[in-house]
This record gives sequence, C-alpha cells and structure tokens, in this order.
Amino acid sequence: MIDAAFDTPLPAPPRRAPGSSRLEHAWAVLSTVLDPEVPVVSVVDLGIVRAVTDDSDGLTVIVTPTYSGCPATEVIEASIVTALDAAGLGPTQIRMQRAPAWTSDWITTAGKAKLRGYGIVPPGPVDLARGAPLRFVPRAVAPLACPRCDSQDTERLAAFGATACKALWRCRACGEPFEHFKAI
Amino acid sequence: MQSITVSSHPSVQYLLRIGDTCLILAQRLAEWCGHAPIVEEDIALTNMALDLVGQARAVLTRAGQIEGELGGTPHDEDQLAFLRDERDFRNCTLVELPRGDFAVTMLRNLAVAVFLELLWQRLEASSDSELAGIAGKAVKEAHYHREHAADWVVRLGDGTDESAARLKAALELLWPYFAEIFEADAVDAEADAARLGPRWADLHDDWRARFAAVLSAAGLALPPERTFRSTGKSGRHSEHLGYVLAEMQHLQRSFPGGVW
Repeated sequence: MIDAAFDTPLPAPPRRAPGSSRLEHAWAVLSTVLDPEVPVVSVVDLGIVRAVTDDSDGLTVIVTPTYSGCPATEVIEASIVTALDAAGLGPTQIRMQRAPAWTSDWITTAGKAKLRGYGIVPPGPVDLARGAPLRFVPRAVAPLACPRCDSQDTERLAAFGATACKALWRCRACGEPFEHFKAI
Repeated sequence: MQSITVSSHPSVQYLLRIGDTCLILAQRLAEWCGHAPIVEEDIALTNMALDLVGQARAVLTRAGQIEGELGGTPHDEDQLAFLRDERDFRNCTLVELPRGDFAVTMLRNLAVAVFLELLWQRLEASSDSELAGIAGKAVKEAHYHREHAADWVVRLGDGTDESAARLKAALELLWPYFAEIFEADAVDAEADAARLGPRWADLHDDWRARFAAVLSAAGLALPPERTFRSTGKSGRHSEHLGYVLAEMQHLQRSFPGGVW
C-alpha cells in the first residue's frame, strides 16, 4: 500500500482562493493529502490534523497518531510537508501531539461517506464506555450492514485486518468480504 | 558495538519496565508471522506486535529523555532497544518465555493485556504529561488486545479435548511467572511517591479478578500460589532473553548506526 502511494503522482495543489488566508490555503492543501493505507480519505477527513499555526518560522502542523505503532505515520508526515511545500506554503514543521488521544469519532462525516464508498464500513460511535460494567466473557459482535448489498446478515471473520485500523468481515447474503474501520 | 550504561534512577527504571515488557512481548508475537494456525490470526498477532512496538518506542523515548533531564546522558529509543545488555533489560520474565503453542501465546496475551489495560488506565493520570499522553492512546489498544485474547482463551477452553488440554497445560506453565509482575519493590514505591505511576502491586487484585473471570468461562480455575519468583524486572532473566536480544540487536551491534 505504501509503495502504491509513492507511485501515485501528487495531484496539483489547490490554488489559493482570492481573499483567503495562508491558513485557509494550508487547510485546503491538507484536505488533498491522502492516507497512504486508505487512499480515499484525507488527513483532515481522518481528524489527525489537530491544528495549523502560522508564525515567523513558517507553518506548524499539529498531528496526532491513530495507533501507537501505525507504520503510515512517517509517510503521512512526509506527505504533508511535501504537499505544503509544493503549494508554496513552506517551510513546514510537523509537531506530534499525543493528548488527547485520537478517536475514530474524529473522522468527519464526509470522511465516513468516503470510507463507505470505498467498501470500508466506517466506525460507529466509540463505546469503550468507561464506567460501564466490564465484560470479559466473549459476546456476539453486533452485525454491520454490508457496504455492497446493505444486508445485516454479516459476521466478523477477524478482529484485525490488513492495517491496524481495520477488522475483517463477511456478508453472508452477497458472499463478499469487507473491511470495518474499527471504532476506537 | 559497545553497550550503553543506563541511569539507575527509579523513574527511568520504572519506564524501562513498561517499555521493555511491551518490546519483548512484541518480539515474541512477531515470531508468529507466517506461522499462525490461520491467516487471520497471523495478521492479528503481528498487528498486536506492531501496537506493542509503538508503545515501547514511545515509552523508551521518554525514558531516555528523563535520563537527560536528570542530568545524565540522554539516550534515544534505538540506543535503548539495541545497545543495552541483557542485564539492563527490565521486562518481567513472563514475556521473554518462548512463544509456545497457540494456547500459551493466547493465555500470556490475556494476562499481559489485562495487566497493561489496568496500568495504562492509571498512567493516564501520571504526573508526567508525556507518559499520560502515551497511556491515553495505549489503553484503547490494550482493551482491544484483551478482548481478542479473552475470546480465544474461552474458545480454546470450551473447544475440543485437545484445545482444552493445551490451555490447561499453558496455565500450568505460565502461572508461576505471573506473580513477578506484582512484586513490590523500591522502584515501584518511588514511582508511586513521585506520582509517575501506580505501584504494580496495587493492580494485583483487579488483575486477578478479571483474569479469573475469563478462566472461569474457559472452564479453568486459578491454580494455587507458588513460592517461585522470577526476577526479570530487576535484570536477572531466564535463559531465553539472550536469544531474543541476539536476534533483535544483531544488526546494530554488527553495523553500528546502520540505517536503510
């Protein structure tokens, strides 16, 4: 997946709209920087860009990691710097901010729609439910609607998928496997 | 390549215990790559290894920074992972034991994930804001790892005669090593006094109740306490850790500073 991301030519950066600020332009550029492992959602869609600041040293983009060991983190940081430089907005610094921890609830509504269109069921609201009774004995996982045929007759095949952020499912109605972006 | 000498300050030692426990378990889980019974579990085990490596990187990075803040020589995550001798690793012995069969791997994952979830929850309130930030992320991952391991432990326990027998054997094998996690000592007491993190001993009762709940659903009971105590947290390891480090550290020891 990472190789594929490198092979894809970068789209032309959005032009600065008349009257917009450098920061507005930066956000427009960031909304074109795609996640290398799910190349339909941008870093803005994913909610990992927490803030952008502009001062005498240039732009600072504050990003938060999705998973502690996500191997895409370095690629994403490099992509952000490259895109902002290409738009003439450099120099750019990236600052990693761990707290508050990223949650899939920060994926935008547009981002969730793009995931579904790509065949990945987007995450529902996080229900880690701090303070609720803890269950240690396995329970059936609530079914998801198949992203292809909308059937609820689905089952989880594996709690983990091809990347840290996804789980693997199957639809019994249409027979197709599909991925679920985990709620975390 | 010459080994580094690490600060003996309790705050550094406390963080090394956490980082090393994550790092060495990650090495053991990564050994399953290409060897798990089904491809989904191959992927699951390596995904969890990746989460644990990420947690270890963050915690070891912080440990090395604190060395510098205390006036000593700072170290980065790579130096701490690749240039420390076996006796300077502070993981509990449990995680360095060979991966065993699938039952051993899953039962150990359950024990460690239940423990780490409790630990990360408490570390979210650490006086060290960086450690608190790492914990806020890691606690969600430990929660997911615990659910995965609990599913499998119950499934093996109430599965076939063969799977139940293997799970029972795994419990007998690993049980003597769980006690070390909760042994109180000066490092723990200092970390608690500095509000850096909880005494691991204080997590024991919750750990035991949660672990026992899963075992019960799997048709097993907690074995009686043993007098044996492993001593990995103080650097006296089993014969197994040296082999893990030989493989993990080989490149950096042979080609110091090598990158690709």
